[in-house]
Amino acid sequence: MTHQYPALTAEQKKELSDIALRIVAPGKGILAADESVGSMAKRLNQIGVENTEENRRLYRQILFSADSRVKKCIGGVIFFHETMYQKADDGTPFVQMIKDKGIVVGIKVDKGVVPLAGTDGETTTQGLDGLSERCAQYKKDGADFAKWRCVLKISDNTPSALAIMENANVLARYASICQQNGIVPIVEPEILPDGDHDLKRCQYVTEKVLAAVYKALSDHHVYLEGTLLKPNMVTPGHSCPTKYSPEEIAMATVTALRRTVPPAVPGVTFLSGGQSEEEASINLNAINTCPLMRPWALTFSYGRALQASALSAWRGQQDNATAATEEFVKRAEVNGLAALGKYEGSGDDSGAAGQSLYVANHAY
Amino acid sequence: MTHQFPALSPEQKKALSDIAQRIVASGKGILAADESVGTMGNRLQRINVENTEENRRAFREILFSSDASINQSIGGVILFHETLYQKDSNGKPFPALIKEKGIVVGIKLDKGTAPLAGTNGETTIQGLDGLAERCAQYKKDGADFGKWRAVLKITSTTPSQLAIQENANTLARYASICQQNGLVPIVEPEILPDGDHDLQRCQYVTEKVLAAVYKALNDHHVYLEGTLLKPNMVMAGHSCPKKYTAQDVAIATVTTLLRTVPAAVPGICFLSGGQSEEEASVNLNAMNQLSLPKPWKLTFSYGRALQASALAAWVGKNENRKAAQEAFRKRAQINGLACRGQYVVAGKTDTAATQSLFTASYTY
Repeated sequence: MTHQYPALTAEQKKELSDIALRIVAPGKGILAADESVGSMAKRLNQIGVENTEENRRLYRQILFSADSRVKKCIGGVIFFHETMYQKADDGTPFVQMIKDKGIVVGIKVDKGVVPLAGTDGETTTQGLDGLSERCAQYKKDGADFAKWRCVLKISDNTPSALAIMENANVLARYASICQQNGIVPIVEPEILPDGDHDLKRCQYVTEKVLAAVYKALSDHHVYLEGTLLKPNMVTPGHSCPTKYSPEEIAMATVTALRRTVPPAVPGVTFLSGGQSEEEASINLNAINTCPLMRPWALTFSYGRALQASALSAWRGQQDNATAATEEFVKRAEVNGLAALGKYEGSGDDSGAAGQSLYVANHAY
Repeated sequence: MTHQFPALSPEQKKALSDIAQRIVASGKGILAADESVGTMGNRLQRINVENTEENRRAFREILFSSDASINQSIGGVILFHETLYQKDSNGKPFPALIKEKGIVVGIKLDKGTAPLAGTNGETTIQGLDGLAERCAQYKKDGADFGKWRAVLKITSTTPSQLAIQENANTLARYASICQQNGLVPIVEPEILPDGDHDLQRCQYVTEKVLAAVYKALNDHHVYLEGTLLKPNMVMAGHSCPKKYTAQDVAIATVTTLLRTVPAAVPGICFLSGGQSEEEASVNLNAMNQLSLPKPWKLTFSYGRALQASALAAWVGKNENRKAAQEAFRKRAQINGLACRGQYVVAGKTDTAATQSLFTASYTY
């Protein structure tokens, strides 16, 4: 800890910082379209569509054909490897279609979870082998940011100290390697919503996990201004009997972030987890109207919460393509508003009624 | 890391948070008047005054009997144990004298440095024994915040991993115990300015030290909203041949803090170290003029930089009391302005000229 051996030059830092700021510019968030082949199988299965490479290509084409309205609300798109090298019907590479809209291209680089022996079913994430070379290639092929997802879960015995430490460390190694190759790392330490734990428990665990993540990033000399964070919102477990308002979720989430995420981080792009499209938008909006000071952009990096309606409008039928694209654009615009705290919901309580539900923050 | 066992009730949290906010309310900082007997000896010797209990009392009385309007610049005063139980010439206890001006009373709690064997002259801090009982007593006797100073130094081999980790841990233990007893802990990890290292080296070390401090505070379940940080400014070593401007110091310092200090911390009260009164004010002012976002108050906790002129005006003579008080009042007022970035240094060019010296923060 005595001497600095700079990891990045001033020029490298500026490039990374500029990319990060472009992705989370005011009113913009991320479309997470990086579902693996296996995950796409589940999505397509739900609408009775066969999981072929062509269907996956046709489906992503629907999203990427969105018109210029998405320029205002989408700052980045995360790709899966296969999709990076696919083209539209007219031969335009998907990467180019996205870049032509002024949107930054990102790439999922992790290689999935592997078990941590001696734990209660906990995991770490693999993908570090040859990561530098892969990043360099993706950068040449048009990607400017990357994503790596770690997974933790809440139960009586978890997350354990080992799971927290190991996942934080692997996230930091990944982030360091990305930056060496001009790629902004999105750091994703997802704490699953499975379980019957309450809001407070999720907040506590989230604070511990994020503190470990940022200590690891510091230890690995990662340049925070050139990173983004993709955390879970702080929510109760799926089977928790207590219900909470969006304002309570917002207060717990923002409090947890204020206690752990250094202000140097330019943006926090929430994952939607198991939330519905509307829930994810309402909660994001509440987060952006929370009365606590928020020094980072608070926006979205949604997969299902941006695509659910589009998928069910499409159902694999070419005739439905335009309608499906329209569904996606609608959700994108709604979330763009939510990122600014300007989304008034689909007809329920107005902002004024919602405000009074904020509990004083010292209760968190 | 699985379950939370709340360290504080919501009422305790609110009380701590309220105290911290009062100390660093807009334009206010701290008078560090907690010099130990030995340190006061150094100060008094320089003005040829004998280091007796009465002389120490008399000088502190000069400071504490300032007109109540001093409370516009001074939000808190740190006392040494002896001083907490001294009285003014009318028999009024010093804590009462301070509190009736609406200023919060604090108490130095550490018991000085102890060597870390096997290191290059590094130290940790003692004072944890019986600390809970001492805190409870001080709270009864009028104190609402505590202070504990850890010391690190920069050389070619220091600070070592052990020194960073051990000092961070003792600071966190002290902070936890304070909060259990209703005292807001000021956390002071001072990195000495001794040496010939440059600004970048100090910044690097400060970032590593602060990252370790906040990880330790998180591990020890310390409520950040009820703490204050008292760090060194980021500056070159005393014998560094290269000279830096106030803007250089400001940008390096604020960048460091943005990368390490969570937004939940209400205020950062810099120590003045070896700086002159004017230097300490100008540097603080430069920080508050920066357009970088600052989610915490940036203020002062100055000892020498608030008292040097007062001491020199007093020289132990009763007839100089008014002049000494005026000298103190002036410095307090100037530092109050510096907290708002409104200190206009006589003879300096205006902000337009200084603006051009700002380099984009990504180079740091």
